[in-house]
Amino acid sequence: MTIFSDIGRYLLMIKGMFSKPENGKMYWKEFIHQCTEIGYGSLGIVAIISIFIGAVSTIQTAYQLVSPLIPPSTIAQIVRDTVILEFAPTLVCIVLAGVAGSRIASELGNMRVSEQIDALEIMGINTKAYLIMPKIAAALLMIPMLVVIAMVLGIMGGRIAAVAAGIIPGIVYDKGLLEFFVPFNVIFALIKSYVFAFIISSIPAFYGYFVKGGALEIGRASTKAVVVSCVLILFADYILSALLLPT
Amino acid sequence: MIEVKNIKKSFGDKVVIEDVSCVMKAGQCNLIIGSSGSGKTVLQKCMVGLFEPDQGEILYGGQNFTAMKGTEKTEIRKEIGMLFQGSALFDSLNVQENVMFPLNMFTKDSFKKKLERVNEVLARVSLADDVNKKYPSELSGGMKKRVALARAIVLNPKYLFCDEPNSGLDPQTSLVIDRLIQEITKEFNMTTVVNTHDMNSVMEIGNYILYMYKGNKEWEGNNREIIFSKNQRLNDFIFASEFLQDAKDMRMLEETGKIPNHRNMEEMLRKDAPSMGTSSDTPPTN
Repeated sequence: MTIFSDIGRYLLMIKGMFSKPENGKMYWKEFIHQCTEIGYGSLGIVAIISIFIGAVSTIQTAYQLVSPLIPPSTIAQIVRDTVILEFAPTLVCIVLAGVAGSRIASELGNMRVSEQIDALEIMGINTKAYLIMPKIAAALLMIPMLVVIAMVLGIMGGRIAAVAAGIIPGIVYDKGLLEFFVPFNVIFALIKSYVFAFIISSIPAFYGYFVKGGALEIGRASTKAVVVSCVLILFADYILSALLLPT
Repeated sequence: MIEVKNIKKSFGDKVVIEDVSCVMKAGQCNLIIGSSGSGKTVLQKCMVGLFEPDQGEILYGGQNFTAMKGTEKTEIRKEIGMLFQGSALFDSLNVQENVMFPLNMFTKDSFKKKLERVNEVLARVSLADDVNKKYPSELSGGMKKRVALARAIVLNPKYLFCDEPNSGLDPQTSLVIDRLIQEITKEFNMTTVVNTHDMNSVMEIGNYILYMYKGNKEWEGNNREIIFSKNQRLNDFIFASEFLQDAKDMRMLEETGKIPNHRNMEEMLRKDAPSMGTSSDTPPTN
C-alpha cells in the first residue's frame, strides 16, 4: 500500500508545482542557480566518464572483431552507435542520478529537517513551485546538453584510443563514423535524456521534500532516491527502446 | 487578535490536541506552555497553517483561516512572521540575503531601500553591520535567533510566532531574546504567540499564558497569577526546578503564616490584574 500512497503523493507534488510564481525574478534566479549546479557542476564527471567509455568501447570492439572480412571502419560505426544509443544517455544519466540526484534529495531533506521549508511556507511561498520546479526545469534543460557533450566526447575518446593503441588510423575511424549514420539515433537519445532528466530531478526531489526525522533519514532518503532513480532509468530505457526502435 | 476555537488534531490513532480554545490578544506576548509532548508545537503549527486541524477554527482578526483557500491563506501568511526553534535560516544565503529574502519575494523596492530596511531590522535586534556578510554557520546560537527574528519582522507582520525561542541558549541570552520579543510586540502592536517551556520566559513576558497538558487546555492566566495557581499539574510543571521549589515552599510558609508575607503579592495581584480572572484553578480530579 505504501507504493500507491507514494505514487499519489508524488503526483500531488508534481501538480502542486504548477502555480503562479510569487515573484518571477526570484524563480528565474533559482532556475539559473540550479542550471549551474546541475549542468556546470556535473560537467567534469560527465567528461571523464564519456572519454573513457568511448576509449574502452573502441578497444573492446576491436578485440571482438577478429574476422578479416569485417572492415576496420566498422569499429568506429559500432562505437558511434553504442555511445549515441546507450552509453551517453543511459550511463551518463545513471551517474547523474548519483551526482545531481543525491544532491537534490539531501538539499531538500536538509531544508525540511531544519524547518527551512516550513519557514518558506509561513512566508506564503509555494515551496513545491519555488524549490522543486526550478530543479526539474534546470534538469530538463541541462541534462540533454550534457548527454550531447557526452556523445561527442565519447566518440572522441574512442578515436584517441584507436589511434593511441594502433587499432585503426584516425582517418579510417573518421570514415567509419560517417558510414550508415542514422540521424534518428540522436533524436532517440535526446528523447531518452529528457525522460531520464525528469526522473533524475523529480524522484530525488520527492524523497528529499517529504523526508521525516533527522540527519540519518536525510542520508537514507538520498540513497533511496538514487536507487529508485537508477531502477526507473533502466526501466524507462527498456520501455523507450521497445517502443521507439524499429526491430 | 487570534481566536482558536475547539481545535482538535490527531495523527493516525494518536490524538495530540483535544478541543482547545483560546484567544491570543494583540500587543501582548501570548505564551503556550507545557511539558514535551503536551501538544503546544502542534497547536502552534495548526495556528500558522502548517498542519490542518481535524476540527475547529482559527480566526485571524475575525477571518476564518482554516476555511480559506490557497491564495486567501497566502495573504494571511504574508502577515505572519515566525521564529523557529532551530532558527531555520537559509544555509546558502548570508545574513543580509536571509533577512532580505521576504523583501525580494514580496516587494518591488529598490535594492538600496531593501538594504536600508534590512539594516534597520538588524539594528533593532541589536546586530551590527559587520554580520551582514556572514553565513549562518558562522553565527552563534543567539545571533542566529536574532537574525531569524529580524527576518520574521522585516515585512512588519501583524502576527509573530516563536517556537521555543530560548532552546539551546544560555540564560543571559535567553533573557535578551525574551525582552526583544516583548519590546517588538509592544512597539509594533503585534499578536505574539510564544511556545515555550522555559519558566524564566513565562515570568518575564507572559501577558497571557495557556498551559497545555496532554493535548488539553489545563489552565490559562498571566505571569502574576501562575505562581499562585492551585492547579496541581501546573504546579508540578512550574515548580519542577529546585529554585522554584524553594519559592513554592516560601509561598506555603507565607500562606500558613509561618513567615510574614512582606511582599503581600496576592493582594498586589488582585489590584493589578482584575481583568485576567479567567484562570481555571480547579485541581485535577484524578
